[in-house]
Amino acid sequence: MRNRSFFLLTALVLGFAFLYIPILSMIVYSFNESRLVTVWGGFSVKWYGELFRNRQLLESAWLSFRIAAVTATGAVVIGTLAGFVLARFKQFRTRTMFAGMVTAPLVMPEVITGLSLLLLFVALAPLPFVPDTRGFSTITIAHITLTLSYVTVVVRSRLASMDESIEEAAMDLGARPVAVFMKITLPIIAPAMISGWLLAFTLSLDDLVIASFTAGPSTNTLPMMIFSTVRRGITPQINALATIMVGIVTVFVIVAGILMARQERRRQLDMRLAEAAAAAPRG
Amino acid sequence: MAPTNPGYVSLGERLVLWMDQLWSTVLDSAPYRWSAGAMRRVGLHGRRLVIAVPWLWLLLFFLIPFVIVLKISFAETRWLGTPPYGPLFEWADAQLHIRLNLANYLYLIRDALYVKAFLSSLKVAAISTIFCLLIGYPMAYAIARTDPRWRNVLLLLVILPFWTSFLLRVYAWMGLLGNNGPINQLLMALGLISEPLAMLNTDFAMYIGIVYSYLPFMILPLYSNLEKHDLTLLEAAVDLGCKPFKAFLSITLPLSMPGVIAGSMLVFIPAVGEFVIPRLLGGTDSLMIGRVLWDEFFLNRNWPVASAVAVVLLIVLVIPIMIFQRYQMKETEAEERR
Repeated sequence: MRNRSFFLLTALVLGFAFLYIPILSMIVYSFNESRLVTVWGGFSVKWYGELFRNRQLLESAWLSFRIAAVTATGAVVIGTLAGFVLARFKQFRTRTMFAGMVTAPLVMPEVITGLSLLLLFVALAPLPFVPDTRGFSTITIAHITLTLSYVTVVVRSRLASMDESIEEAAMDLGARPVAVFMKITLPIIAPAMISGWLLAFTLSLDDLVIASFTAGPSTNTLPMMIFSTVRRGITPQINALATIMVGIVTVFVIVAGILMARQERRRQLDMRLAEAAAAAPRG
Repeated sequence: MAPTNPGYVSLGERLVLWMDQLWSTVLDSAPYRWSAGAMRRVGLHGRRLVIAVPWLWLLLFFLIPFVIVLKISFAETRWLGTPPYGPLFEWADAQLHIRLNLANYLYLIRDALYVKAFLSSLKVAAISTIFCLLIGYPMAYAIARTDPRWRNVLLLLVILPFWTSFLLRVYAWMGLLGNNGPINQLLMALGLISEPLAMLNTDFAMYIGIVYSYLPFMILPLYSNLEKHDLTLLEAAVDLGCKPFKAFLSITLPLSMPGVIAGSMLVFIPAVGEFVIPRLLGGTDSLMIGRVLWDEFFLNRNWPVASAVAVVLLIVLVIPIMIFQRYQMKETEAEERR
């Protein structure tokens, strides 16, 4: 038994070292005065200064941010509907095909998705009401298609674990289906929708391949900028950018964790109070 | 601890109450009733409408694009003009001409480069999947067997890198593996090597990058499987005189096969078509099909050949994708039964 837990502990430690050493190295080197990785030239924040003077990079970051926000919102709307359909409508003619189309983008290689969407946009371009320049709108549509699967999976599993009898009770009491969904289902699945939104947001912010295919010649998203910079070699500016992004994510995750833990404690307290009230003899 | 006075309404509850009122107002308002009635009259009532929105989206932006890729893979390449491919159907002199050009596919078969790229992509993806499994399984197992208090923290540590940019994490390896990067410096300082090992832009770096990037996708499904196991089975086996390792092989491993398959598919399928990692970490001669497709499209501007590569790649991946979907379906159905 001793051996086994020693082996598992080693596996954990080495595994996490493997996952985190690259990230830590970027953080350390972002504060290196020297341009070279070889030399530690002393502590400095000059790369952060350069990063914030890099107009092109900031503009592309702002573009990516807007695309990610619109993508996440669109993906949550469509993905929630898709998750609801899969969790609640057990029988309709095209269900198997629908389920297949929803889960396929999860594993589909990005080059295929990117190429196929670009060819669609090119084919649609001569039609009326279709913008003939590619950029913000085409990237956003492509990203919604990619990310809505993730939202669907998250929302669907939340719906599956939820107690359906609450919905049925409301329905029995005469509430219309739309009202039941908006007032009962939606608040219950809201946490799943929020995590789906965040997931879609990060996936969109991070995507290089699909954006490269669907962007027009003058559009540059942040990953496209990073890629063209990085291809030429290491630049400490990118380390600084990575450190900022890791910092934001870490703070966000910690805050979310604390909030969720607090809510869970409150819920447990409420449950205990309710149980105590139910067990108490009535006077 | 929150005060338990009955008059206390938390911010979240206030938000829910406010939303509730808002929906009541909206659903009872005249414009909503009128438009709902109008839609019902054209046959779009609740259920059908709910199905239609995601269905049509996926049809238009997922299914139809594949049909177009298939179509263009049979088109002729045009070196001048936009779009750079010829028409498949032509109407001239009251005759419909259909030109099915098989040249793109023949080209893929004749040129050894493409066949090699497909084979080496499959090999790289398979080896990476095995390494992900070898590293990920013990980690998932260890997390599933630690104290429940620590489980969520450890799980969060697995997911956290996934939330930070994938591109930047691949870039970090460029720095680590470079000729004057910290790994080479450490090895030289220890006196193990006298001159830097060429690690960047080799297959070795590419494998590290793929295993590193896809490891969380292996750990998560494995964990969610291993966490559900009934530990009394193992206890019973040990009580009956089974050695712990044998008990693992004959009980835990077979029970965890669905997790192994799901994790492997989540790694293998996207890794076959990977572009970024081979481009940034692999050598110039690294033949990955994702990279070939990219170059064919962006550098050679040969859209029909790129489409043909995509079609063949999809055909190669159809079986793994179907295995993955079967697993997904079983998993969600099991979840719904509980």
